[in-house]
Amino acid sequence: MHHTASWLWAVPLLPLAGFAVNLFLGRRLGPVAAGAVGCASVLGAFAFALLAFLRLRGFSADFGSEPSAGPPALVAGLGDWIAVGNVRARLGLLADPLSAVMSLVVTGVGFLIHLYSTAYMAGDARFSRYFAFLNLFTALMLILVLGDNLLLLFLGWEGVGLCSYLLIGFWFEETKNAVAGMKAFLVNRVGDFGFTLGLLLLFVTIGTTTGAWTLDFSTLQETFAEQKDVLGRGDPRMLLSVAGILLFIGACGKSAQIPLYVWLPDAMAGPTPVSALIHAATMVTAGIYLVARMNFVYQLAPVAGEVVATVGALTALFAATIALVQNDIKKVLAYSTVSQLGYMFLGVGVGATACAGFSAGLFHVVTHAFFKACLFLGAGSVIHALHHALPPDADPQDLRNMGDLRRRMPITFWTFGVATLAIAGFPPLAGFFSKDEILWRTFETGHPGLWLLGIVTAGLTAFYMFRLLLLAFFGSYRGGGPSRIRRATQAAPTGADARDHRPAPRSATPQAEGGRTPSDAPPAHAELPRESPATMTLPLVILAALASVAGFLGLPSVLGANRFEHWLEPVFAPLRLEPDFETGLFSSHALEWILMGISVAAAAAGAGVAILFYVLKPELPDRLAAAFSGIHRVLRNKYYVDEFYQSAIVRPLLAVERACAGFDGSVIDGLVNGAARFWRWVSDYTGWMDSTCVDGAVNGTANAVAAAGRRARQLQSGRVRAYLALSLAGALLLILGFHLWAARETWLAWVRALKPI
Amino acid sequence: MSLFQHYPLQHYLLVSAMLFAAGLYTVLTRRNAVSILMGVELILNAANVNFVAFARHGGIGIRGDVFVVFTIVLAAAEAAVALAIILGIYRNFGTTDVDRTDALNG
Repeated sequence: MHHTASWLWAVPLLPLAGFAVNLFLGRRLGPVAAGAVGCASVLGAFAFALLAFLRLRGFSADFGSEPSAGPPALVAGLGDWIAVGNVRARLGLLADPLSAVMSLVVTGVGFLIHLYSTAYMAGDARFSRYFAFLNLFTALMLILVLGDNLLLLFLGWEGVGLCSYLLIGFWFEETKNAVAGMKAFLVNRVGDFGFTLGLLLLFVTIGTTTGAWTLDFSTLQETFAEQKDVLGRGDPRMLLSVAGILLFIGACGKSAQIPLYVWLPDAMAGPTPVSALIHAATMVTAGIYLVARMNFVYQLAPVAGEVVATVGALTALFAATIALVQNDIKKVLAYSTVSQLGYMFLGVGVGATACAGFSAGLFHVVTHAFFKACLFLGAGSVIHALHHALPPDADPQDLRNMGDLRRRMPITFWTFGVATLAIAGFPPLAGFFSKDEILWRTFETGHPGLWLLGIVTAGLTAFYMFRLLLLAFFGSYRGGGPSRIRRATQAAPTGADARDHRPAPRSATPQAEGGRTPSDAPPAHAELPRESPATMTLPLVILAALASVAGFLGLPSVLGANRFEHWLEPVFAPLRLEPDFETGLFSSHALEWILMGISVAAAAAGAGVAILFYVLKPELPDRLAAAFSGIHRVLRNKYYVDEFYQSAIVRPLLAVERACAGFDGSVIDGLVNGAARFWRWVSDYTGWMDSTCVDGAVNGTANAVAAAGRRARQLQSGRVRAYLALSLAGALLLILGFHLWAARETWLAWVRALKPI
Repeated sequence: MSLFQHYPLQHYLLVSAMLFAAGLYTVLTRRNAVSILMGVELILNAANVNFVAFARHGGIGIRGDVFVVFTIVLAAAEAAVALAIILGIYRNFGTTDVDRTDALNG
């Protein structure tokens, strides 16, 4: 059931236009206009995405009557993009319920973060370039979620990777940031290699078994539905499993799962709104989108689904344990993101067994976008405030420099608190419903082991998030006593208006870790941290509100109708060959209540322990760290995975390169040098011949040539561009000559005609 | 029915010529070696546009597309080698300004 809607192109093209304007005219426009262009283009895209959503809602009303017609969708095509041999990829957009949800999240959360950035990035030397990159990211992310075939998805996939690289290294003057960008790019290349292989394998498998050479999503889905008996058995099934796992490797790279998660914590080197938009809310969920989009592959190849679910659950636990002991506010949130992405993969992974898992995973994508964007923006607000309050040598991202911000920054505190409760899984906030839906589907499909991992992770999540909240917003302010503050204010010229909260214009050289570009002198208003401006707090309030109510879209079945699941149902049509899993054993309402109780209890226990540790008995964490110093050290150092990669991959590669260099130096150079010696010996002989016999004859000629050479050497200026110009002139002369030669009859006739006169 | 088949061959050649001219202009006027390299890439891509245009319109079939794949791979290799050379130049001369690296003059 496809409806043509050419206006769909406006969704990705508006931010793309914003990108072009900001890139080429940004400096001339000035910061206010550049920010306005950036925000307005994304807001426009949001409006069109909303329109698409509403149109789809209208269609899906009819969906119940004819379910065989496939999911309702809006399509917009521009004809063929690539058409070579069997490969045919259209330049087309497809908005079905899944894409509509994703594009609403991308544009909606994206707009709020653009708005926030106008204040956060104010005064930055490359303000318009920042918005150009952010717009480009939005456009490519929309192409990723709206593209109607795998190749177009891949285009967006690589594009957002590029933007991620550009924005992580946005303050590239500091080597650390540039290196983090490169790391993200390189690790993603590993995943993308898997993606490419999976894409090719899928294409060839389906083409050879069913004759449908296509990468088009709707055609693929139809082919899978019609030919599931062929594709779901024997060799094709095995090939599909491999293809599914390869595509998942790609998803691991983009969505930071074991073993390719290492880039995401380092990606925090970028500006904080970028971390919120790209590295928490949208881009990193592209992997989940990919698995959900390819749900038919995973349904027919459940082995791949099991791999996805297992890796997801393990990553969730693994990253959560690292987050327990980090002191950098953004690092905690980064590992928390990795952990939550693990949950989402757990959801879509068990979706291979029961389709409800796919929508559960997607539901977590949506709620996570709200509360994690809120957390990151809140952290940004804190960093922004501390950056101006702390002395320049203190790290504004270190939890040990915070404390008592509750009273200094009430709006940030309340929104951050709501988002913390949401991610920790306290009912009735959004995170509770989405996380619980995933855990319930995991248990229901017969994965009690993975469910247990999920529950433990839920407890750990509550602990580290409350630890963060308590350290940052409660207790006493540790950002330097009065003496430090006095020192900072004395160093700066006094008399500046303390109420003027605009950041001082920053030089192009950033110093603070991973974040703000501080001005050279300490800010004149270095005092206690104060609340951020309204353009920063407004997005926080909206996101916190969404994080508290979005859960009601997907109520568990014991509490009411799961509207979110119903909305996505047409996309995740069941395809399995085997009869449904045993429902009797694991699925009952009583059990669902019990499991819900367990997960709330885990969250409460985690939060309780955090309160015990950081409010009631603050000496406990240090004593525990001392008692279990080994474990503590391993966690603090993130399981030494970076060191392991360094020694297992980077060093061996360098060693191979050095070996190659050695081979080059000894063998190749040896050959060359040997040849040279040989020819020197030959030339010694010929030289003797030369100097005795030939020279006499030559000298005369040489004098003549030398005279000519003195003229000619002026041509040999050593300047590349002069040579190029000369060769261009030569080429033109040759062309002219050819033309004259070709037309010789004509001009010879002319000359003959002239002769009589 | 394709977006790109509506246009006659001449349009592609025009685009290609413009790309080529822009590349040539870059190569001739820029003094930074990296910029010159970018100009060279533009020239290569002008040739690529010609290849695919003739593949579509000129009756040489898929051979044109295949050539483009080769060109892209070669261009990548060329960029790697050229950047290495530029690094070497920078180490030796302390600049990538090609007008100041004229040690080979006569």
